Amino acid sequence: MSRPVLIENARIVDPGSMTDHQGAVLIENGVIADIVQGGPVGVPEDAEVINAKGLILAPGLIDMRVFTGEPGKEYRETLQSAGEAAAAGGITSFVMMPDTTPVVDDGALIDFLIRRASATSKVNILPAGAITKGLNGSEITEFGLLKEAGAVCLTDGRRSIQSNSLLRTAFSYAANYDMQIIHHVADRELTGDGVMNEGLFATILGLRGIPLEAETIPLARDLQLAVLTGTRYHAAQISTAYSASLVREAKRRSKKITCGISINNLSLNENDIGRYRTFFKLATPLRTEDDRQAMIEGLRSGVIDTIHSDHDPQDSEVKRMPFAEASDGAIGLETLLAAALRLVHSRDVDLMTVLRAMTFRPAQILGLPSGRIAKGAPADLILFDLDYPWQVAERDFHSRSRNTAFEGARLAGKVMRTIVGGQTVHTFAEETS
Amino acid sequence: MAQASPGKASTTSTASSGDFPPFQQRHLLSIADLKQHEIIDLLDRAERMVPVSRQERKTLPTLAGKTQINLFFEASTRTQGSFEIAGKRLGALVMNMSVKTSSVSKGETLIDTASTLNAMRPDVIVVRHSAAGAVELLSQKVGCAVINAGDGAHEHPTQALLDALTIRRHKGRISGLTVAICGDIANSRVVRSNLLLLGALNVRTRVIAPRNLLPAGIESLATEVFTDMREGLAGADVVMMLRLQHERANGRMIPSVREYYRFYGLDAEKLGFAKPDAIVMHPGPMNRGVEIDPAIADGVQSVINEQVEMGVAVRMAVLDALLPAGDQS
Repeated sequence: MSRPVLIENARIVDPGSMTDHQGAVLIENGVIADIVQGGPVGVPEDAEVINAKGLILAPGLIDMRVFTGEPGKEYRETLQSAGEAAAAGGITSFVMMPDTTPVVDDGALIDFLIRRASATSKVNILPAGAITKGLNGSEITEFGLLKEAGAVCLTDGRRSIQSNSLLRTAFSYAANYDMQIIHHVADRELTGDGVMNEGLFATILGLRGIPLEAETIPLARDLQLAVLTGTRYHAAQISTAYSASLVREAKRRSKKITCGISINNLSLNENDIGRYRTFFKLATPLRTEDDRQAMIEGLRSGVIDTIHSDHDPQDSEVKRMPFAEASDGAIGLETLLAAALRLVHSRDVDLMTVLRAMTFRPAQILGLPSGRIAKGAPADLILFDLDYPWQVAERDFHSRSRNTAFEGARLAGKVMRTIVGGQTVHTFAEETS
Repeated sequence: MAQASPGKASTTSTASSGDFPPFQQRHLLSIADLKQHEIIDLLDRAERMVPVSRQERKTLPTLAGKTQINLFFEASTRTQGSFEIAGKRLGALVMNMSVKTSSVSKGETLIDTASTLNAMRPDVIVVRHSAAGAVELLSQKVGCAVINAGDGAHEHPTQALLDALTIRRHKGRISGLTVAICGDIANSRVVRSNLLLLGALNVRTRVIAPRNLLPAGIESLATEVFTDMREGLAGADVVMMLRLQHERANGRMIPSVREYYRFYGLDAEKLGFAKPDAIVMHPGPMNRGVEIDPAIADGVQSVINEQVEMGVAVRMAVLDALLPAGDQS
């Protein structure tokens, strides 16, 4: 067994117990063995001691929406490069979307991914199984076998299932195995040829708009079917004020309904597109500043449960195109925490709420033992400097792709150390010139 | 006037960049990029180009030795021909390239084509593309001047300039007029460029269309928005009609051509609501009997053919402004 690790002099922020105090954490055999409030603490023999003075110790982040390029598009991202990027961003576990080649719609692929990830990735990769075969939106997959193989949840990734009856079947069948459904909501016809938020700005740019209703109409349907079937339903990402009120209302009817948001929709708005900057072409689209403010309020009030990166690596071939023809998506593993901390620094949301949405809440929804600092929990932890200033530069990324929506952004908050299962997988070495 | 191009001013005759201060833009990508004085400057330059095309020897030497490439990703007889004549009348070597593209590979073709053409060292590339922003993207990949000849539903700046020149020649001014634009506002790049240009020159702009052909936020771009054509035309100095794509009148956007014509086609009765001396414009190509009565299109108030003539003058002026004689870049 490896040496015990003692992290002392830390500000321990644990969204699981909603506590925030100075203290120390002892890690033994990959799990949290003890938590001591205040100090000093006795140091076990031969323990590695980490002095965390000035740093926050928090559970490692759990990112519920990450796209990789492996299998099929390894030039965009491998499990290894995604793992390195995640470790650098303080993400100790992420849910991998099934939109790969081949689609992850079979238990054997789940099994392969789990093995492959444990061999190559620094962080925990939790594969999601597809809801429909080949993401075709018309035939459900083998939920039971997917679960047995280790699928953490069911989702069609960036696809949105259009058929009401198929969704009812899928929700009902998922409830049968107590599996978590995560569904992206986008009405195909109302989205149409739309490539950004509908409104004045799209009109000025001459781009087709996507109305808010392309999200709220399928969301309202999903929520009703979730109540009907009693399924564990998570709206993958919402972006409008009305979506938040729909979710608020549905939560009164079912305790199993939750929803998430992409950090992009909390941090950016449609004006960031500027003159056809395709790194800001996202699905879910960036909305107006009013919508962004409503999303912040949704996070504060608890309507929005989780924040994820929506990490979606795309190469320049598919991004250096006219806006309407470019692929959707932006990477985000390495900027998630600092972008979320912007909301803390701007005093929009308190630190505990922001961290909870990226640790304890995803863990609860997915039924994971991590996401908290508790005795016996996996030692998936991060140490970060809340105020450390840095500027996003694509050359510093560990990801294989460069399509960040935060290039050049000045952020405050940096992960100094990432620990997965008691092992340090990343440390930030401050560069001195 | 200050001499724009030292050492070359003496070679120019009736109309030339030498009479104007240097134009400060490298490209012409959108009206949105232009300041009011630059718009007026281009109109004044174009005015000086009008007689060139009316004289027997319709040439000026200002672009001699320069290469102009017309790169059209979307078919266009009218605009491409106009740019070609404009370039040739200024003495440029003009090459036309029509690029057929499949919908999947458009973007790749765009960037690849841009770098290929750039290696041929043209002085100016005139680009039309079906995607908004495509021309600006191309301009970032080449080392010469780029003129937007229409990008998706975004802008068509030379069309707005030629419309303004036509209006000014007929009305003697632009500022203070009421201009009504009627038709498929949602999908028109002509409208966007015109609203920006006319707005910059203090025109009262009106757009008229059925609700489902009005884009979101249009009330912020036009002075007034109408769904009733008679109300929208009341007291207008200029009536600008837009082409309705036939495929939009198939029941998915507009139920039928006959219903569209009944409510939004320009006929004598509806035109009667505009000022008696109102002029009628159309960027072409026209759908006679869809958006306009043939008798109106060919009638005394129509200036549609003059728009075509002004198109050549405007494009000569833009080429001349972007590529002043003696420029060595």
